Amino acid sequence: MEHYTMNLTLKVWRQKSSGDNGRFETYQVSDISSEMSFLEMFDVLNERLIKEGKDPIAFDHDCREGICGACSMYINGRPHGPWHANTTCQLHMRAYKNGDTIVVEPWRANSFPVLKDLVVDRTAFDRIIQAGGYISVNTGNPVDANAIPIEKDKADAAFAAAACIGCGACVAACKNSSAMLFLSAKVSHLALLPQGEPERKSRVLKMVETMDKEGFGSCTFTEACEAVCPKEISVTNISRLNKEYIVAGMTEEK
Amino acid sequence: MLNSRIPAGQLDLKWTDYKGHCKLVNPANKRKLEVIIVGTGLAGASAAASLGELGYKVKAFCFQDSPRRAHSIAAQGGINAAKNYQNDGDSVFRLFYDTVKGGDYRAREANVHRLAEVSANIIDQCVAQGVPFAREYGGLLSNRSFGGTQVQRTFYAAGQTGQQLLIGAYQALERQVALGNVEMYTRHEMLDVVLIRDKDKNGNEIGEAKCRGIVVRNLITGELERHFGHAVLLCSGGYGNVFYLSTNAMGSNVTAAWKAHRKGAYFGNPCYTQIHPTCIPVSGDHQSKLTLMSESLRNDGRIWVPKKQGDNRKPSEIPEEERDYYLERRYPAFGNLVPRDVASRAAKERCDAGYGVGSSKQAVYLDYAAAIVRYGKIECGKLGINNPSAEVIRKHGVEVVKEKYGNLFDMYEKITGENPYEVPMRIYPAVHYTMGGLWVDYELMTTVPGLYALGEANFSDHGANRLGASALMQGLADGYFVIPYTIGNYLADEIATKPISLDHPEFVATEKAVRDRIEKLMSIKGTQSVESFHKRLGKIMWDKCGMARNEKGLQQAITEIQQLKKEFWSDVRIPGGINEMNPELDKANRVADFIELGELMCKDALNRNESCGGHFREESQTEDGEAKRDDSRFSYVSAWEFKGESDWQLHKEELNFEVAKPTQRSYK
Repeated sequence: MEHYTMNLTLKVWRQKSSGDNGRFETYQVSDISSEMSFLEMFDVLNERLIKEGKDPIAFDHDCREGICGACSMYINGRPHGPWHANTTCQLHMRAYKNGDTIVVEPWRANSFPVLKDLVVDRTAFDRIIQAGGYISVNTGNPVDANAIPIEKDKADAAFAAAACIGCGACVAACKNSSAMLFLSAKVSHLALLPQGEPERKSRVLKMVETMDKEGFGSCTFTEACEAVCPKEISVTNISRLNKEYIVAGMTEEK
Repeated sequence: MLNSRIPAGQLDLKWTDYKGHCKLVNPANKRKLEVIIVGTGLAGASAAASLGELGYKVKAFCFQDSPRRAHSIAAQGGINAAKNYQNDGDSVFRLFYDTVKGGDYRAREANVHRLAEVSANIIDQCVAQGVPFAREYGGLLSNRSFGGTQVQRTFYAAGQTGQQLLIGAYQALERQVALGNVEMYTRHEMLDVVLIRDKDKNGNEIGEAKCRGIVVRNLITGELERHFGHAVLLCSGGYGNVFYLSTNAMGSNVTAAWKAHRKGAYFGNPCYTQIHPTCIPVSGDHQSKLTLMSESLRNDGRIWVPKKQGDNRKPSEIPEEERDYYLERRYPAFGNLVPRDVASRAAKERCDAGYGVGSSKQAVYLDYAAAIVRYGKIECGKLGINNPSAEVIRKHGVEVVKEKYGNLFDMYEKITGENPYEVPMRIYPAVHYTMGGLWVDYELMTTVPGLYALGEANFSDHGANRLGASALMQGLADGYFVIPYTIGNYLADEIATKPISLDHPEFVATEKAVRDRIEKLMSIKGTQSVESFHKRLGKIMWDKCGMARNEKGLQQAITEIQQLKKEFWSDVRIPGGINEMNPELDKANRVADFIELGELMCKDALNRNESCGGHFREESQTEDGEAKRDDSRFSYVSAWEFKGESDWQLHKEELNFEVAKPTQRSYK
């Protein structure tokens, strides 16, 4: 792999707090190595801003290995940048060339208010989970783990849905700021497993109700969410969610 | 005097006996008892959910924006449990024994045995929660091998086991939030514990001060808050980030544990650090963290370096007979599956001797070519392809490897830009886990009454080296199955304690001390960034208190760290203000604590003039360079008491091995 360095123009969204009006600011960065990660490029810029007595750019990040779901940059009009099935922290600078201009914004969605610069509030996702994204078993002595065999295909499909990292890229990519991919991943994960069966109907109804209450938009199935999902969560989960919702709504006993 | 409060009696009956006799709190009283939990990784989330279910009033805190992001999420390989589903000779005793031996006989037998006993319940609990572990075609759970053992007892969910377990615990936690049993505070960081003495009927203070609450900073507004609890649980993880570069998350820190330490909680075995053998090597000065490649890769991958020093040929141009598969050569019984500390040191030994590969020469190869051929031939056999060409074998072999390790290979390619299906991966050891932590007794209580430490934040179960797939096991054991019993034994005597007013002088004084420190940090207005200090600390620690340590280096390190501390407190520059979101201030608070911890780690490493597990003192090795323990002098836990700046007193907890008799560890 050939390594190189580059000079770039960054246009970054700056916003002091949720109450303030934001604006774009332009920064020139130089001698950026192609081996750096995108966030390491921000580290370099922030170090410089601190030296110059300016306020560094706030952004969410933690594990920097693509699994915690904290990082959330909207890069040149695409959540997490140009690479397929990737998070911002795993994007590396070899994706760019000398002289490029890169525009960086926070997730844009009413349900994710900006807290500062590129940091948004995603607690709405936690509240959706609180509405039913779990199996109601207390800690104790459940049956032996092998007492209920689960078809491998179903277990694999449940795992594929459960791989969601809750980053919110799906919402940021959607023109309606819909949270359907996120929600459907959780509903699918639990509906595919026998352990999820007892609460199957009430779960989907309550979670959808909460999603609507949180102000997320409707799904028109453009599949933009799937295209940007770092964990390749499939839109077939949304189909499953719709089925689960209709069945639950029609057969619910009150 | 340290009292580990290990129950009397036969090792395998201690926990059963304890559970049968510990005090209980009746449901009506549980509602009146408040418990604070700091950290929401596997230990914290499982404890918060379980205690909430029992009816305690729980408040949980995390610095991340959601409890689901705690760093347990990044664990890849798996979780051990003595289920013996494979019928390969596993048992509670084997898991106990492997863990004590793997920890190089520096762990407490009673705690480890309890861990092995509850391990099977963890898997049952997680499956009931809907954790999608890998399964076989028959629908039953699948297992894989891990380092340091000869049985298959590791349960896994592709390379994302930690994520799936954490999401299980997170969902259980959020369920309790919805039920009103747990109040969740995200983007809040604990900055001190509050200790208060009980009063007798006449209002006189009696007994030792107990932990009664915490002071936290709201990381969005910068406001300080006081919170009361009848007991406080620190589930705040390990301190590997003291090395700056580690596989920990950027936010992982020692602050909660360190504040508790400064208030009287002893720190156990601070020098025990796990350096994980298979990580992606450092690429340059800009590097902000290191990435682990799961140990499970050593199941099928072969580790080698060229036989010739300074060999600059491409790996594909080095013929088989000129390769040194040094782990297979040195450790024929365990081969590439030796424990982590052994594998890491062996890699360092080869690189230091001039056999390293890649542009930095600080790397070894992890090669999948042989595994691809092996699996390819099996697949061709299954498919009935006769006399397959090398190309066809390779094609089928790649498919198998992709299914087993695809996400890890993808991650490697994203970071390095190299395709590991075609060229061997370059790997090098990196700081990964800390076996040391707050000293706790059998009930997981620190030396401060009412203050507990769970998971990686405590020291108790892994001795001087942790075996792979045991961290997840310990975090969940502590949170789901240990603390729900042991905390009752303490809180049963607290049912008469009314919630203490947040205006109590100790709450006021603690908050003032926290505020003063923040104001002091902000007023320095120096010239050097927090990050630059952290990097310098990391370099001192890695060079002198890393994979190999010696007396001279450690003494130098202590002097350098003390100097660095002075410089930090006179020249650090923190931009922004106090009453706003200020990640640089958050980081400054953490780095200031890491600097103090770094000094204690070196002090502990200096005191322990033996090699054991992850702690390798160059003065104490066998003729062929293996770690040499000294049981006659060092068969104890070092528990350090904070006395003042750069001043600690050592207390020793003698280790007694009644069942797993110490032997020189051999994997040959």
